[in-house]
Amino acid sequence: MVEPLRWQIGTVTAIRPQTDRVASFTLSLPDWRPHRAGQHYDVRLTAPDGYQVQRSYSIASEPDRTGEVELGIERIADGEVSPYFHDVLVEGDRVELRGPIGGYFVWEPGMGGGPLLLVGGGSGVVPLMAMLRTRRAAADHKPAALLYSSRQIEDVIYREELEELASQPGAPTIVHTLTRQQPAGWSGFARRIDEPMLASVLGHLGGTAAGSSAYVCGPTLLVENAAAVLTNLGLPPAQVRTERFGPTT
Amino acid sequence: MADQFVSRGFVGRRQAPQGDEASRTPPGQYLTRDFPVLSAGPTPRVDLSMFSFTIDGLVRQPMSWSWDELQALPSREWTVDISCVTKWTKLDTRWTGVSVDTLLEQVELDPAARFVVAHSYGGYTTNLPLADVVNGQAFVAWGYDGQPLEPVHGGPARLVVPHLYFWKSAKWVRGLRLLADDEPGFWESLGYHNRGDPWREERYSGD
Amino acid sequence: MTRIVLDDPLMLDGNAVAGELQEMMGIDVTTFLARCAHCGNRGELGSLRAWTHGPGVVLRCIVCSEVVIRWVRRPDGARLDLRGAAFLQPG
Repeated sequence: MVEPLRWQIGTVTAIRPQTDRVASFTLSLPDWRPHRAGQHYDVRLTAPDGYQVQRSYSIASEPDRTGEVELGIERIADGEVSPYFHDVLVEGDRVELRGPIGGYFVWEPGMGGGPLLLVGGGSGVVPLMAMLRTRRAAADHKPAALLYSSRQIEDVIYREELEELASQPGAPTIVHTLTRQQPAGWSGFARRIDEPMLASVLGHLGGTAAGSSAYVCGPTLLVENAAAVLTNLGLPPAQVRTERFGPTT
Repeated sequence: MADQFVSRGFVGRRQAPQGDEASRTPPGQYLTRDFPVLSAGPTPRVDLSMFSFTIDGLVRQPMSWSWDELQALPSREWTVDISCVTKWTKLDTRWTGVSVDTLLEQVELDPAARFVVAHSYGGYTTNLPLADVVNGQAFVAWGYDGQPLEPVHGGPARLVVPHLYFWKSAKWVRGLRLLADDEPGFWESLGYHNRGDPWREERYSGD
Repeated sequence: MTRIVLDDPLMLDGNAVAGELQEMMGIDVTTFLARCAHCGNRGELGSLRAWTHGPGVVLRCIVCSEVVIRWVRRPDGARLDLRGAAFLQPG
């Protein structure tokens, strides 16, 4: 039985900065329903004169946090909605939203059977984080890797949590690439995601390209390039799922 | 009618009209100082050496201009206000190009010609009454704000018809076809207005 | 079929309009496979490239870039043109 999508008023219960530009917003929902990792909520702002603006934000939280969702939102300087979230909203404020939305860019334990590759750029890591949290909660230990592109180490979202995840049994391999600036002593990737990098990460994952699944999320250009490379490397197009977030900030 | 929830402290990035700006802003529109980019598809890459602008249809003899030939026509600057059906209006935009009148002077119009379809590289089309593109009301522009028109804003050349909603100002224009009967274009065929006068809020067919 | 790479940073995809589609269709259709009427490529609606900033929304084939689905929201309801899809296969 399909429930129609309805706008509801959520209440902000927590705002946690993650980096300079990204914060986690936890909202409690009167009409919460379980989501799947990769889905998002649509948020709608209305001005007193009726002017409205709408945006979609990915869910970072895993599905078993009943009654609430955590959205990861990057502040876009000339945006209309994200500056409102970062600059105006405080705990206790109410926000109109609807969801969870999206059945295409979704990962659930038991999907596929082969290696899982998550590729994210900037705030594109948010839905991938939901996937990793879900995977951890389900004690799924099949081979998985996250290739995560950021400009510099300070921009890495969920950094401590990813380190903690990587240290557990059955952990995913976490590979960072820092494209603009690297800390002293950095021995990791230091360039934009390209074919040799993706081939190398896939190689570490093991298995065959034909048996692997990938989720790519982030700025449109990163997604375009990575998805094309992955299909060149032999992943079947139906097993490369993409979510484009628009221009890089 | 249910009460719409209002977001505390939200106004949006709109500009409040100053002075006479309010009288220059059509009904239902808000002002912007940005130049929003709206599109129905990928930005075409047009090779200037292959560029051609054509006027055909109900004319005595179709006529085409290469890029160089178009540039050689008498051109001028226009400063106009533009309104998009998505509700933003931008005042005092500056363009360089050639009047559609100048182009139409080169072809002899069939008396039956009453409508125009502008068509573009990339496949976009839009229809308008012929009466709305003559007498100085429309031009083909290749310059914006003193610079060559950027591809995202319709370069190398676009139609500009400032007195109608801006979806009529076809980006990447490659020609005008003269017709006896109106032929709805890309957005018109899905319910947008065949004429599109912002002062009468002619957004949708039936408005 | 090879997908072409498009460098339009404004371009999103079917995910971005999933809510709107669900509002119009009543169910989530982003997992529906669409066969492009122009080139025959098949892809889920969520994977199609979307142009959302405009008088309406356009979803285009990732191989040939022709329009697969487009729509306009009018005050009296939505109008969807599905002619660019030779067929839709519920996923």
